[in-house]
Amino acid sequence: MLAQVLTIILDGLNYASFLFIVSVGLTIVFGVLKILNVAHGAFYAWGAYAAAYAITQASELGYPDWIGFLLIFAASIIVGLVLGSIIERLILRKMYAQDEVLIALATFGLFLVLEDIILVVFGVDPYFAYQPMAVLGNVVIGGVFRDVYSLTLFALAVVVAVGCWWALTKTKWGKLIAVVIYDREISQAMGINVSAVYLIVFIVGAMLGALGGAYVAPTTSVAPGFGIDVIVLSFAVVVIGGMGSIPGALIGSVMVGVLRAIAVHQFPELELFVVFAVMAGVLIIRPEGLFAPPKARTI
Amino acid sequence: MIETLKKDKTVRWIILGFLALAITGNFMEAWVQNNIMFGLARGLAVLGLMVLWRTGLISFGHALYFGIGAYAVGLVDRNLGISDIFLRLIFAVGASAFVGFLLGFILRKYRGIFFAMLNLAFSMVLYGILVKVESLGSTDGFSVSQTTILGWAPENKYALFAAIVIACAIGAVLVQCYLKTALGSLTTAIRDNELRVEYLGFSVARAIHVKYVMSAGLAGASGALLAMALGQVDPDSMVNWPVSGELVFITVMAGPGSVIAPFLGGVVFEFLRTYAFELAPEAWQLIVGGTLLGIIFFLPMGLWSLLERIWKRRGVSS
Amino acid sequence: MKKLFTRGVIRVSALAACCAVGAMMAGTASAKDSIKVGVVTFLTGPAAGPFGVPGKNGAELVIDAINAGTLPAPHNSKGFGGATMEPVFIDEAGGGAKQVAEYRNLVEKQNVDAVIGYISSGSCMAIAPVADELQKLTIMSVCGTPRLFEEKPRSHVFRTQGNAVGDSIAAARYMVEMFPKMKSYTGINQNYAWGQDSWKFYDLAMKKLDPASQASDKPQFPKIFSGQYSAEISTMLLDKAPVVHTSFWDGDIEAFMLQGLVRGFFQQKKLVSVVGGSAVDSLGKKFPDGVVLGTRGKYGLLVREDMSDPLNAWFVTEYKKRYDVYPLGPSYQYAKAILYYKLGMDKAAKAAGGSPNQDQVMSALKNMKFNSFDGEVSMSLGEGRQAVHPVGYGITKWNAKKGEPGIEKVKYYGAECINPPAGTLSEDWLNQGMPGAKCN
Repeated sequence: MLAQVLTIILDGLNYASFLFIVSVGLTIVFGVLKILNVAHGAFYAWGAYAAAYAITQASELGYPDWIGFLLIFAASIIVGLVLGSIIERLILRKMYAQDEVLIALATFGLFLVLEDIILVVFGVDPYFAYQPMAVLGNVVIGGVFRDVYSLTLFALAVVVAVGCWWALTKTKWGKLIAVVIYDREISQAMGINVSAVYLIVFIVGAMLGALGGAYVAPTTSVAPGFGIDVIVLSFAVVVIGGMGSIPGALIGSVMVGVLRAIAVHQFPELELFVVFAVMAGVLIIRPEGLFAPPKARTI
Repeated sequence: MIETLKKDKTVRWIILGFLALAITGNFMEAWVQNNIMFGLARGLAVLGLMVLWRTGLISFGHALYFGIGAYAVGLVDRNLGISDIFLRLIFAVGASAFVGFLLGFILRKYRGIFFAMLNLAFSMVLYGILVKVESLGSTDGFSVSQTTILGWAPENKYALFAAIVIACAIGAVLVQCYLKTALGSLTTAIRDNELRVEYLGFSVARAIHVKYVMSAGLAGASGALLAMALGQVDPDSMVNWPVSGELVFITVMAGPGSVIAPFLGGVVFEFLRTYAFELAPEAWQLIVGGTLLGIIFFLPMGLWSLLERIWKRRGVSS
Repeated sequence: MKKLFTRGVIRVSALAACCAVGAMMAGTASAKDSIKVGVVTFLTGPAAGPFGVPGKNGAELVIDAINAGTLPAPHNSKGFGGATMEPVFIDEAGGGAKQVAEYRNLVEKQNVDAVIGYISSGSCMAIAPVADELQKLTIMSVCGTPRLFEEKPRSHVFRTQGNAVGDSIAAARYMVEMFPKMKSYTGINQNYAWGQDSWKFYDLAMKKLDPASQASDKPQFPKIFSGQYSAEISTMLLDKAPVVHTSFWDGDIEAFMLQGLVRGFFQQKKLVSVVGGSAVDSLGKKFPDGVVLGTRGKYGLLVREDMSDPLNAWFVTEYKKRYDVYPLGPSYQYAKAILYYKLGMDKAAKAAGGSPNQDQVMSALKNMKFNSFDGEVSMSLGEGRQAVHPVGYGITKWNAKKGEPGIEKVKYYGAECINPPAGTLSEDWLNQGMPGAKCN
């Protein structure tokens, strides 16, 4: 019994870490830029492809397996920098005045385009970059073999959460961002370079999305359509937690992760809609999500 | 009321345009007829979304009502053997409007992205249920028998085509009338400033609720017509989230300018997809996504604004 | 008023003219020394790599060979009833409604002579009624749902792949025969029609073949393409059942394998994979030994080494030469559907003494028995429209000598051993305990 509870909790936290890493970038971008970025799913897919490609290449060239960890981070940084800056500068920048729904749709268009570019660049054959997962092996916890790699995913989620919290509350940049979130026009008038803040936040969001994909890549098959499900899933998490809130994304991930694990273990037939049932339930009780940041109402 | 209708230019255009379409439909290539039929059927749901959009609300989950409409047709066909188009439509619109009415009590409190996402959540719950129900064919869905019109079983698709054209015309005229009423003319006012509308003595929640039920009913009708045109219902092409996304896509592509725009958008979308599939079977998403981006960039008020611009220019020069 | 009326008339005619332009966008009919055939398969999405593209490759290889007349005897006549085939490839991604629209475009806009393909059961179920309505000969190549012909009779639809029932019964027979001591089983199947059907029929067949066997009360049904199976693997590891049934395909089977491998899953559980063939090649040495693996016919890994059949030998060699990889199940399935169409065209052309019409081709196709790349195929169910053929299973074992995946203890179950007699519904037949099954 105890073993099973432990297993459910670990499975839940494992899935929660995955959810948190893929949704934290989305919530940051929404919090600052007020954009519901559907193309986040494309960043996720690009990160996964870039990492998987690099890892398989490195493996063929005979590099040791642990090099994969460096490649994962390198891939996410490069993907985030390149795609993030291109998209923010060339497209989103010209749209901030538009309706938020229009921007969301524009990012949907971007998502479709980026998805197909993946097909052109990487082809349709799946990539397997299992080396980093294989090299870490497994341990027995609660009578069940667990892979160490998933446990490092948990550690990564903690690092990302703490890092975001520290960057936003303890650094000068974090304070600037808080000001920009509160009132864009006034911060501009005060001499804050809002445009630079937007660019940097968007790039960071893109990097986090790519990191999610890159870190997940070794555990799975990286194939076309990799980013599609992640969009809706991360939306759900972010909405549950309150859009734009990092603690919200954390709590949202843990809630969904653990409830899903309970469903898989006890009521497998409910697995498919547990995420959305939680989302509907939370929204009915707390319309703005669990941790919605305060918003000024315009009269 | 009739007098104002007669004077309404849009109503005149709707009647003339759809009449012309209904007549020429008979002489079209089958695939053209078919694409137009699908486009128009989808246009009805888009019409509902457009009314919501004018209020400043957009739903990422109207596939819920679209699916309810489609499955209502499938279920009355399977369980009650109803094949008449009117009865099918009544059931479909009734079911979707009823669900819309119930959920409306919750949803009318929401705005912006939360409204969009809560709709998405509800639609995905329905999707999750349908995928699980084996008696409804799970993801394969099930087929819908041929549609009859007052006991007459037409031999070709033209009758259904004409019926869809007429249904769309009726939908467009009704929505146009609604927009002219006091409640309807509040549509954009609510988007611009809710508090002021409240001060004027109108209940914003109620106004939104009415629009929501209307859009639900229209989406139901749209799903029902599409199910009849397809002869098949299944969760992935009726209820899953990309269906909602497609509807929003067409709404934005068409633009909020007129009640005719959604139908134009639906038809354009259908042809766009056909040609994208044909020209680039491996990269059709690129074409569809690129078009969406282009429209948002260069025509933020949709295709309709392009037509308006052309007409205006012609009006000035002549 | 009158003026208004005249203006109305002008407008109606102007609009009518616009619409008429659309109406005139007509396609051209093809000449009869060449035929145009729509070939539908996944070109995008997760199923493209492991299913769609191998299928497309198989189709292209055989189409080119038939057009050039280079297939081995007895299929070495040139062309399809003498005509050259010009394929139009279409993407199967996007769900039933989109597929119906694209199917209509193929038939009504591109004026194809026939449509061949479809991998997903959802597509097949959506297309079949439209094919009958538009009266266009359509050969389904891969999809597995038994409902296609059991739900209602079809007039223009054929299927050259045996249905999911046969795959599941063969799996159950193999398990009962080879691992009689493993009495209880659980499963992990995708949460959609194919996964649900596969589990249901496997479960039914096991109960009938070995009444002492016991199904787990927690079979897993994760969402298709979810790619993350950590919790499911834990649940099954905690489950006492030693056997795990799966009908996973596309990228999901590989993802599941990778995640199971690190967690020692395959040392503790005996996996029965109904259609995991694609993963064996893509994972290579990582693919665990000892997995009970099927390919839904005499396809892929099962017959890779078996050069006794000249057709199979030709197919494996030429495919490997052209694409530098081994053919997978879908390659055989698409090749078979194309070959079937050729044989029907040839037979009908001979009977008609020239270009046959569609009805002549269809009556030639009905009830046909033919030798394909996967051995004998008999169109004996669904009023002569549904194929039956043997289905085999084996146990994976890495071939260290060749550095390639290998398989051992392969057993085939004949068509009549795993399929109901004509006219009986699969589920009824299973519930009755499979009376009249002829196994040797």
